Amino acid sequence: MEVTAQGMPYEAFKDNEYIESLVKELQENGTNVVVGSLDKLINWGRSNSLWPLTFATSCCGIEFVSLGAARYDMARFGWEVARSSPRQADFIMVAGTIVHRMAPVLRRLYDQMAEPKYVIATGACAISGGPFRDSYHVVKGVDQIIPVDVFLPGCPPRPEAMIYSIMQLSRKVKVERFFGGVNRQQKQQEFLREHPVEGVNDSAEFNTSAPEAPVTDKQ
Amino acid sequence: MATLNEIIAKICPAATVAEVDGAPMISVDDAHWHELAKALRHDANLEMDYLVTIAGFDHVESMGCVYYMMSTRHNTNLGVTVLATGDRERPVLHSVSDIWAVAGLYEREVYDFFGIIFLNNPDMRRLFLSIDWKGYPLRKDYDASPNINPVPRDNERQSDFTTKWTKDAEGNLVSEQVEVFAPDDFVVNIGPQHPATHGVLRFRTAVDGETIKKIDVYMGYIHRGIEKLNEQQTYAQSLPFLDRMDYFSALNYHHGVCMVYERAAGIEVPRRAQVIRVMMDELSRIASHCLFMGTFCMDLGATSMLFYTLRVREQILDILERTCGARMSFNYDCIGGVMQDLDANFQNDVKALLKVLPANIKEYKKVFVGNVIARNRMEGVGVLSREDAISYGVTGPSGRASGWACDVRKWRPYSIYSDLDFDEVVLTEGDSMARFKVRLAEIEQSARILEQLVDNIPEGDIQAKVPKVLKLPAGQWFQIVEGCRGVFGIHLESDGGTKPARLKYATPSMPAAGVVDHLTRGEKIADLITIGGSLDYIVPDMDR
Ligand code: SF4
Repeated sequence: MEVTAQGMPYEAFKDNEYIESLVKELQENGTNVVVGSLDKLINWGRSNSLWPLTFATSCCGIEFVSLGAARYDMARFGWEVARSSPRQADFIMVAGTIVHRMAPVLRRLYDQMAEPKYVIATGACAISGGPFRDSYHVVKGVDQIIPVDVFLPGCPPRPEAMIYSIMQLSRKVKVERFFGGVNRQQKQQEFLREHPVEGVNDSAEFNTSAPEAPVTDKQ
Repeated sequence: MATLNEIIAKICPAATVAEVDGAPMISVDDAHWHELAKALRHDANLEMDYLVTIAGFDHVESMGCVYYMMSTRHNTNLGVTVLATGDRERPVLHSVSDIWAVAGLYEREVYDFFGIIFLNNPDMRRLFLSIDWKGYPLRKDYDASPNINPVPRDNERQSDFTTKWTKDAEGNLVSEQVEVFAPDDFVVNIGPQHPATHGVLRFRTAVDGETIKKIDVYMGYIHRGIEKLNEQQTYAQSLPFLDRMDYFSALNYHHGVCMVYERAAGIEVPRRAQVIRVMMDELSRIASHCLFMGTFCMDLGATSMLFYTLRVREQILDILERTCGARMSFNYDCIGGVMQDLDANFQNDVKALLKVLPANIKEYKKVFVGNVIARNRMEGVGVLSREDAISYGVTGPSGRASGWACDVRKWRPYSIYSDLDFDEVVLTEGDSMARFKVRLAEIEQSARILEQLVDNIPEGDIQAKVPKVLKLPAGQWFQIVEGCRGVFGIHLESDGGTKPARLKYATPSMPAAGVVDHLTRGEKIADLITIGGSLDYIVPDMDR
């Protein structure tokens, strides 16, 4: 079962209990006792140890650094294990502008992450291109390249807002079904099919990219 | 100036000298340019050893470049305008990369933006955009339609070759493909997603075992096209972008650009606004240096320093936030003054900061500067000589660590800096440790400035009367200010309208990245982290 932000009433964004109550309601309406309890246990663990990928292209990334320091201290929530390798990270916080040259790199980083994986689009730039929307070299929203789970507005968003966005993500993780029928994963497959990358076979187990041929004529 | 006229009469009598924005502006044709540049650089009475920037321009009927240079010995500056020869298909200029080391990089930028080819530049590749990019974005007739250059879905096509353009005996252009690395070089790719590159910078590194043979710096992973965006916006609208280039020097950059506009429009800024601006500049300098120390030490493995230094930074951000309303993108300086008046508690807050600073600095010194591991990793690593610092245009604390007194606040005092009592920190070792120490000492100097001002903020207006939509007279202006990382230059060209015809930012981070190759050759690969970190470049600042 998936809860989408679209179905959420506006006031609920300020109400932290909303999703929890929603989850309860969903689970009360018939979950397999064994699988359901296992789900609950696993998701409890997963949602409390989300590991971010250290990924910052510009200004928003600096607020992410502040988030890691003593004042905002994301270690309180189990998110402090920022990984430099995408293969060890659970979610990617796209903090900063994504430009044309960076787009394939971001996509590759996303592809390298292990399932289940999540994306938070942090800041105006990642959502829509932000102040640079009219630029010739800026991607107008990372959702053109990778599927986004949480959009976090701001320029840059305050660290408190970042905490809130990751909390929203962990709520989202909580309502997923780990065993079978994860709607989200199907959606992800759909998205990847719709946004093919040359030389990358999304359905294959290993991604292989075509070797780069040396170029001699550079005009 | 007598020497200047003599030199011109000897080399290129056809060249003209005009006075633009208080400094000589020479117009010379391309045929004589290289020889003139050599004379300007080496003549004992001129000695223009520091090339500030190269600003390309496109006037539709002609294209070319403006070169701004300064003499570190005589403290003079001048500009040279050179028009490109050839048609719009293939405009050509002579390279001066053999005279100033930094010119090679600047020329690549001009080539990328305007398509001007520089003869004899050994590395004529695009800098920010991919080799498949169609068109030259800063040309006036550039078509920005997303159909021509769509968001790439597949990996960027790359080349191991670069082009060198020369003229043969008959005067025809010939291009020659040169391999960037030697055929049997072992090349390791570092970045763009690498925690130690401080953002999205990429080094293609040729190594021999652990020793670095050559580094090819790849930029453009955060090139946002700010200069082009500015041309489509009014003067006031161009300001918010400065918060997003070097986000630690946001206030300093604002200060500089506002000064150019004010000078061009003849606006007198009230004294109160000037004092506020300088105080804000110094506050952000302390915050910036704190963050530098934190991240740099973290790169070297001392994570706890980050927490100590961010403690001070957060305190400063609180002060700034109470007055400016934001933690990072302040947009506080505006044309004619500052946006809003100081917070009622501002003076007390600053005093509280000044009280805790000395203890913090002492702690930093104790924890890190005296630390034997830190000393072993930093002392004698990445030594930059004074000549190289000037030739590569490495300014700011990094330049001063090499013995080059390049602080614009002292060198070319602007605003109220000449009334203030503070020292320029200059060290001579030129290694990573010196670069670290200079920044630490600059925090003390900034605190000194704040101390002098905090009780002396004059009453009065915070803004001069400025029309809602500013119109600048036609002309050209150039201004340098001291950002947190070094000389920030602004070249403004106005055609008399409400939008800038050309606005070029010369940022300190670009030369700092350009010197990485020179500094790391022969060093160990682990030292690349130390050297890159100690240069303290900000990638969005170099890419713009
Ligand atoms: S949203 Fe604002 S702060 Fe964040 S990267 Fe974009 S410009 Fe910078």
